[in-house]
Amino acid sequence: MHPLARTILQRLGLGLMTLFIVSIVIFSMVSWLPGDFAKAILGQAATEETVAAFQKEIGLDKPPVQRYVEWVGNVVQGEFGSSFASRVGYKRTVAELIAPRLANTLFLASLTAAIAVPLALALGILAALYRNSLFDRIVNSVTLTTISMPEFFMAYLLMLFLSVKLSWLPGLASVDAETELLERITRCALPTLTLTLVIVAHMMRMTRAAIINLLACPYIEMARLKGMSKSRVILRHALPNAWAPIVNVVAFNLAYLVVGVVVVEAVFTYPGIGQLMVDAVTARDIPVVQACALIFAATYIMLNLTADIISIATNPRLLHPR
Amino acid sequence: MANDNVKRPTREKGEILLEMRDLRIEGESDDVWHQIVKGVDLTLCRGEVLGLIGESGAGKSTIGIAAMGFAHPGCRFNGGSITFDGIDLMNAPEEVKRKMRGSRISYVAQSAAASFNPAHRLIDQTIETETQQGIRDTQASIADAKDLYSRLRLPNPEAIGFRYPHQVSGGQLQRVMTAMAMTCRPDLIIFDEPTTALDVTTQVEVLASIRAIVEEFHTAAIYITHDLAVVAQMAHRIMVLRHGKLVEEAPTREMLAAPQDAYTRSLWAVRKLAKEESTTYDLILKVEHVDAAYGSAVKILDDVSISVPRGRTVAVVGESGSGKSTLARVVTGLLPPTKGSVKFNGADLPPALAQRDKESLRRIQMIYQSPDTALNPRQRVYDIIGRPLTFYHNLRGKALKDRIVELLKMIELDESYIDRLPGEMSGGQKQRICIARALAAEPDLIICDEVTSALDQIVQEEILKLLLRLQAEFEISYLFITHDIATVRAIADEIVVMNQGKVVQQGLKTKVLSPPHPAYTELLLSSVPEMDPDWLTNLLQKRAAKTK
Repeated sequence: MHPLARTILQRLGLGLMTLFIVSIVIFSMVSWLPGDFAKAILGQAATEETVAAFQKEIGLDKPPVQRYVEWVGNVVQGEFGSSFASRVGYKRTVAELIAPRLANTLFLASLTAAIAVPLALALGILAALYRNSLFDRIVNSVTLTTISMPEFFMAYLLMLFLSVKLSWLPGLASVDAETELLERITRCALPTLTLTLVIVAHMMRMTRAAIINLLACPYIEMARLKGMSKSRVILRHALPNAWAPIVNVVAFNLAYLVVGVVVVEAVFTYPGIGQLMVDAVTARDIPVVQACALIFAATYIMLNLTADIISIATNPRLLHPR
Repeated sequence: MANDNVKRPTREKGEILLEMRDLRIEGESDDVWHQIVKGVDLTLCRGEVLGLIGESGAGKSTIGIAAMGFAHPGCRFNGGSITFDGIDLMNAPEEVKRKMRGSRISYVAQSAAASFNPAHRLIDQTIETETQQGIRDTQASIADAKDLYSRLRLPNPEAIGFRYPHQVSGGQLQRVMTAMAMTCRPDLIIFDEPTTALDVTTQVEVLASIRAIVEEFHTAAIYITHDLAVVAQMAHRIMVLRHGKLVEEAPTREMLAAPQDAYTRSLWAVRKLAKEESTTYDLILKVEHVDAAYGSAVKILDDVSISVPRGRTVAVVGESGSGKSTLARVVTGLLPPTKGSVKFNGADLPPALAQRDKESLRRIQMIYQSPDTALNPRQRVYDIIGRPLTFYHNLRGKALKDRIVELLKMIELDESYIDRLPGEMSGGQKQRICIARALAAEPDLIICDEVTSALDQIVQEEILKLLLRLQAEFEISYLFITHDIATVRAIADEIVVMNQGKVVQQGLKTKVLSPPHPAYTELLLSSVPEMDPDWLTNLLQKRAAKTK
């Protein structure tokens, strides 16, 4: 087998194992959450018997190990179970609660990534190319400013100017299944802009640093002594060797777009998965919390795995062994 | 022929191609600018090969790339003129200079492994200048590159270009780099220590290919090296540099026959240093039938048996990959052998480091090739030498300090060095500190792994003399690993020749160094450059005759 394929399979296996361990952690953490769903729903006045009956109905009376095995067994088959909020005649599965929210989150994340990643790479390469110039300094200080501001503050600033004062963009990003694509993009403009400003700095700075780091290499001097232009030295000779650190930071930021944007969702009342999870925690809706946590973990693991694979695939030593 | 469609300027010998007048270059370190090149004049004619020699810090490389109108980052021109074929390189616009680089003046760097971009295939890097500058199209460039590969006697010239740098050996990479420098048929090539990182046997092949192709295309060249014997084979004329100034300049044969300056003469003093051999049957170390491997892979050592007499020096010679350093790792216990045993003072040594007691650790010490990596840059001399004194001899306080001063005296450094950091000393001084650290344990055996390879010739001689003196004083045995035959002559009593993990030959120095030799020893010894300018020519003729 090609060593690259073997490495990828190995990493995939490791990723699955990590996910398995994470599922144990999630289950234990959620079990130890203070408070009791049954009491929370039924109120202080409920008798012991009603609480016990309700616990039996939603399966909380079984020992934790059994519950964990059942849960994992179902999840492996793609069955996330029912929300504790289900009633007779009002059946709500976790999947149907999460699906539209996850779709919204992924939409916002993709839209942001589509703008932020190319922008960050371009700015990073240009900053490396014209390093210590006025352009470099401006890009550096602007991105430093945006990364230093708390995201909710940035969100409110943008809302204040672009929505309230200038009325260019809608201030609230409330979308539902019926919203048309174009309308959806317009409504998501402000959250997208906020998130872009938050994540560009990190990626751009890593691109710049990774390239500049390589400029002292003998093969870069060789390229200069071969009469290569400045841009060719950067794009052809430095960049291909700089991918590994860059993709790692990109993956990290993309993961943030999926799992870490609850504050921005809240500001713009965007119905994403982050808000769903916060609500579920408040309501002690354990199946939903667990499912969200598992999705977040899977996102992290998958993106990091992709980054690892790209780092390996751009390294000719591994791609073309002796 | 693919190279017929290259416009080749008329190349008449004698016409001046490159002229430097009172060249001054300064470099910045710690915010202070200091002169690196202090007013050097240099004239080079078309088709001429000029050798630049000198120690590190002499400014050879800086002058070399100045010929391309280029200064290393952190350096700048601050006086004089450089004229290349009528173009004033000091004042030409950057764009003009850039277009000349690679096409009219090209560069061959010291470490081919580091100077090729790991991300691209060799052929793409070879033809980059000509395709980028629009000199030829890709098809023609590739055909020409293959032609050059075969002229440089690279194996499989059709296919080798399509490999990545890490897939090709060091000697082959160096030839590919020479091909890369040749692609545009430049007027001038700067060779910056092109064979310094290679084994002697590989060096011969690379030197021969470089010389042949430079002659074939009548290319002028500046050949930079610290090795007089190498430059003697390559250059028509030699310039000796020191501290950024010209010491002496003369045609090669004249310079070799009658060097004028004392400094020039001292440059090959080390080659004349020779120790009277002697031996004894009192053995301190016996390595018996040792096999060793990293992981479960190929055997690095294959049935190696050597012995080291007390108070004598055994030199282990061989090319890189011959297993010399692995042998050292086995003796020190860093790599337990898979078979065989190591006897020290008549008793078996436990194979692994962790099983050895303090006393046997103390008796075997090691000195490394590069003092820069062997010394902790954050530790002062006091701590570096003090650590083994405290560890092995339990010295503290005043006794410790007195002993450190005493050790410094032994290595000919005065008391003031006790508070220095490695960064505040020269390469030779740092290596002395490493020697003192080994001495501090009062060992019976010191393993010296290429201890002089990273040093300039004159410093090498001083270090070797120091080691010999210490040996006479304290009856220390040395296991001296080196690839340099001149060093062997200077220090060894006995020689062990290794090749591919096996001992090819061992015995007294004079016996090993005088014929008849086994085939490998013969190849190794005959590949060591000699100060005779006809050495390479004669050697190649002799080898050609033999293969017929």
